[in-house]
Amino acid sequence: MAGDAEGPLLNLDEPLSFWGGVDPATGVITQPRHPGHGRCVAGTVLALPRGIGSSSSSAILLELIHNGHGPVALLLGRADAILALGVVVSREMGYGTIPVLECDVSALPRVGVARVHAEGGVTVFGAAS
Amino acid sequence: MLHLTEEESFALGDDAPPWLAMAMRIVAEAARLLGAGGLIPITSAHIDGCLYHGDAGVHFVERLAQLGGRVTVPASLNVGALDLIHPDLVRADARYREMAGRQMRAYTQLGCTPTWTCAPYQVGYRPGVGEHVAWAESNAVVFANSVLGARSNRNGDLLDICCALTGRAPLYGLHLDESRVATLRVDVSRLSPALLAEDAFYPVLGAWLGAACSGQVAVIDGLPRDVGEDRLKALGAGAAATGDVGLFHVSGVTPEAPDVDTACGGMPPAHSVTVTAGMIRAARDALSTSAGEGLDCIALGSPHFSDAECRALAGHLAGRHARVPVYVCTSREMLARIETDGTRARLADAGVTFVVDTCVVVTPVLAAGGGVMMTNSAKFAHYGPANTGYASVFGSLADCARSAVAGRVVRDETLWR
Repeated sequence: MAGDAEGPLLNLDEPLSFWGGVDPATGVITQPRHPGHGRCVAGTVLALPRGIGSSSSSAILLELIHNGHGPVALLLGRADAILALGVVVSREMGYGTIPVLECDVSALPRVGVARVHAEGGVTVFGAAS
Repeated sequence: MLHLTEEESFALGDDAPPWLAMAMRIVAEAARLLGAGGLIPITSAHIDGCLYHGDAGVHFVERLAQLGGRVTVPASLNVGALDLIHPDLVRADARYREMAGRQMRAYTQLGCTPTWTCAPYQVGYRPGVGEHVAWAESNAVVFANSVLGARSNRNGDLLDICCALTGRAPLYGLHLDESRVATLRVDVSRLSPALLAEDAFYPVLGAWLGAACSGQVAVIDGLPRDVGEDRLKALGAGAAATGDVGLFHVSGVTPEAPDVDTACGGMPPAHSVTVTAGMIRAARDALSTSAGEGLDCIALGSPHFSDAECRALAGHLAGRHARVPVYVCTSREMLARIETDGTRARLADAGVTFVVDTCVVVTPVLAAGGGVMMTNSAKFAHYGPANTGYASVFGSLADCARSAVAGRVVRDETLWR
């Protein structure tokens, strides 16, 4: 799903289940077993090796986009139907949409500001504070 | 390139009922994103979208209901956020109750069956071998694929109801023969027979499988031929919680694995791993986030307890009364089954609280303030800390019963050494 977006890169090493992993009201990662525990996905370009776990993750992403606490773009190491669905339904409901790209997230830097290009591709520049 | 039949294209057009067009747009868009070549007719759906996470999910299903939507295939419903039989069990404000109830009602208005269970396969919803279905709820998907031999992808909430409305699912992944071939042989034959005979081994094996072998289809070699459905249920639920497992085979047990060779499509498996006692021990330890004896409650039934599991718990409690709250999450159907043989009364006398239509990890039931929750479910142990604020301790059902009576964590370590 193409589109332009820019935001601080949040590159998570470990796969994450949004349900049971991210608070749908705030975007904070609540799974204590996840290395990103306590970080917030809101406003970020969120990079994940893949989605795992619950099939409710699409619903959690829909809630986050609806209430303004979602990531501004999603970069996935492996295409994930569950997360992408949240974005498809968000568009259908008129809540807006975010770009979802499949890319080699392990090649991305740990920090920086990521720009996702509508024609595809991601540029990461600068060091995030 | 997505190819749609004439009927499917009609559903997308201006002459189709608006609810059908909305559902088909979502199914077709999902199919395009997944690189599916087409859609496949389905014979049933299991709908996970009825659990309240926020208002967007309510507005979505209410829009479909207001447009006059009706499911075109049998559709069972997963848990909601309310216990409709024991409404006072859920600690929630009026607004949460209202929105959660509206969401559950809207799904029934669409023609879904109010089963309210994450184990629909134990209350009569059992697609046959090779049947294409669109199921959601990770444990139900893995059970339908692995144990029943039906074909479903790990569908997300929201897509599930759109598949039920259109009678179609994106044709990709586990609907295709080639995606169902095992690529990994998991040899458990070195483990002790005593461990393989213990119920608690199975959720742990599942948790290990999900964490270690995500993204692969495994064939497990060396499990007893008479491993029952409750154990396979626990195995699949563990694997689907810690990983993205949608299908596993058990050689000599599950329908697509009469033997390892067949499961692997006649080819040698690309990968092979021999499971050791140390790996199982580590996976079991990873399911607990609390180490002491402190105990505040016991949570059982993820997936929802079967009647056999309820009877086993009654056997372990043996008439003794629990000193901490014990929650058994199950379906209203199972609750009715254990009524007739007196199991329900025996458990209630022992201090057990039944939670139906929902479960303690998806909606607020446990006492506020957190503490330590003990469970025999890998799925509860995995999700409990994030969803409830309770630390988790994993133990066997016997450990859970003994701990409930003692009022502190008591675990038999001998099996796991």
